[in-house]
Amino acid sequence: MSDLTPEPLARPGRFGEFGGRYVPEALIPALEELDEARRKAMVDPEFMGELERLHRTYTGRPSIITEVPRFAAHAGNARIILKREDLNHTGSHKINNVLAQALLTKRMGKTRVIAETGAGQHGVATATAAALMGLECVIYMGKVDTERQALNVARMKMLGAEVVPVPTGSATLKDAINDALRDWVTNVGNTHYILGTVTGPHPFPEMVRDFHRVIGVEARAQVLDLTGRLPDAVIACVGGGSNAMGIFHRFIDDAGVHLIGIEAGGEGVESGRHAARFAASSPGVLHGTFSYLMQDDDGQTLESHSISAGLDYPSVGPEHAYLRDTGRAEYRYATDAETMHAFELLCRTEGIIPALESAHALAGALEVGRELGPDALLLVNLSGRGDKDMHTAAEYFGLLDGEATPEGTADEPRAEGDGRTQL
Amino acid sequence: MSPTTTDLGVGRVLEQCRAENRAALVGYLPVGFPSVEGSVEAMVAMVEAGVDIVEVGIPYSDPLMDGPVIAYAADQALKRGVRVNDAFTATRAVRDAGAPPLVMSYWNLILRHGPTAFARELAAAGGAGIITPDLIPDEGGEWIAASEETGLDRVFLVAPSSTEQRIAAVTEQCRGFVYAVSHMGVTGARTSMGDAAAVIVNRTKAVTDKPVCVGLGVSGGSQAAEVAAYADGVIVGSALVRCLTEAEDLAGGISALRALVGELAEGVRSGR
Repeated sequence: MSDLTPEPLARPGRFGEFGGRYVPEALIPALEELDEARRKAMVDPEFMGELERLHRTYTGRPSIITEVPRFAAHAGNARIILKREDLNHTGSHKINNVLAQALLTKRMGKTRVIAETGAGQHGVATATAAALMGLECVIYMGKVDTERQALNVARMKMLGAEVVPVPTGSATLKDAINDALRDWVTNVGNTHYILGTVTGPHPFPEMVRDFHRVIGVEARAQVLDLTGRLPDAVIACVGGGSNAMGIFHRFIDDAGVHLIGIEAGGEGVESGRHAARFAASSPGVLHGTFSYLMQDDDGQTLESHSISAGLDYPSVGPEHAYLRDTGRAEYRYATDAETMHAFELLCRTEGIIPALESAHALAGALEVGRELGPDALLLVNLSGRGDKDMHTAAEYFGLLDGEATPEGTADEPRAEGDGRTQL
Repeated sequence: MSPTTTDLGVGRVLEQCRAENRAALVGYLPVGFPSVEGSVEAMVAMVEAGVDIVEVGIPYSDPLMDGPVIAYAADQALKRGVRVNDAFTATRAVRDAGAPPLVMSYWNLILRHGPTAFARELAAAGGAGIITPDLIPDEGGEWIAASEETGLDRVFLVAPSSTEQRIAAVTEQCRGFVYAVSHMGVTGARTSMGDAAAVIVNRTKAVTDKPVCVGLGVSGGSQAAEVAAYADGVIVGSALVRCLTEAEDLAGGISALRALVGELAEGVRSGR
């Protein structure tokens, strides 16, 4: 029958077999318009100059790097350097992508932006950019997430955005994306969907990566300048995967640099309550892209779990799937308990309160440091700050009723070897 | 021997409707709501009441093209344990009742099942083909090959936002009919159809002789008549599903369903 089979049309936006555009036809023209606009913009000195000016005068780029020796003492005395995306305006790496997409929105002549958010970091960044550029702004957020990230909901409202709590499904990030896509299908004429991570239909995975690539470009130069050499490993947390792709990408051609993504192990892979896609999932389609996906044997999406709303997502950016399958990057996971230990440790040893998402990367660094020993140089992307997570953390450590954490917990690394996958 | 298009497809029904100088009535229900047996009974009742083609919806956890009514029914069906294989049971029943069944499914369910295996099982159950709301032909290589092998229809969508170039490319790959989305948005009844539906049908008919059916927004007899004036088929989903979601029991739901299908069937016969 092959002679009868029509030629498949072009399949843009693939990373190996991953990626693509699995969305309703109604959105295809908008994706093509966006693809053309971002291609033109990225070679347009005016656009790139405006973005650079915003990064310098508004975001606070370049973000600094900080060496954390007291924390590193718990990681086999490896040398650990943090890339401080938490010091960006709005408190996370998300602003890099959002400012660029908001500029693109204006170039495309659209007046309204929508976004999804899990932890609220992307929502706050989008609301901020919308306020700055005079765009109407609607943020979709799972109802569960609006409760655990109440402070960020208030921030978004303060910035003039409408926040829509999404009660359907698991009422988390994946459901917020469903509703954002429904809104986009309906209002695509005047609305741009500022997708916040390296997933979704082409060109989002490529475009969001390119807008975050600045993280790795800066960090590579800064680490070389400080230490005279490249790091042995670059470590970042992976939900959708935008901060990880941002810091990884500049190092992909540096064969000696180990790229390590840390997923949310939740209550442990064996418990089924996790977001460790690479440890326990198979390829499938969700939200317009083909990547690794937590699904049942019928192809229905399974609910993920993580103490951090930003990593609580059943799929992962397609380029990560490609890096994993080609062996260029390695993906591990940290459980909620390991994450909270690393969170507390960074607070107590260095005076930095990280986002719970970023604390996954720190938990990964503790493990990798112990494996590689004192000669190792690790670069960790501290993707966001933990102000938004204070309620969750205070509850976890029993600080809300006036209790204090027992002295010294931070100095006692927990037992290792919980069966985590070494991929 | 693999079945041919005319064995299983919707082409013959659409031709017959054209010969009667009327539009076809296409009715959507999700399998598994209120139960698998109940949904099958409701689909058969739709055929008896005058639906020409049945869209057998497979409930999906992330139905991003669906509005609240269909999303609610699908969610309930999933909570009650509906499985992808139940679609084949419904397909068989609809075929036995005398109408071609077209499965409507989000792509991951078919991908997970295996497109070739899905196509073979669907054809064996008497299925006419598949409507894929989130699969565009550009990404549809596997499905195009599987549908060629089995002779199943493949219905892709065109939308008011589609460029002329895309309408031509998508239409080229359709078999059975072309699904024209009446307005920008998700499924759900609307009070007015507006001009967009007629415009997209005319734009599509400018590049193809294939039948063009209109979906999204039709809820009553007068709207069906309005759309039937220019389209080859009128697709109704949410309004039919609502008969079941708002009924106190299955019997009441089916009774409401028969009444609405009767009104819609009259509508598609009075449009020209």
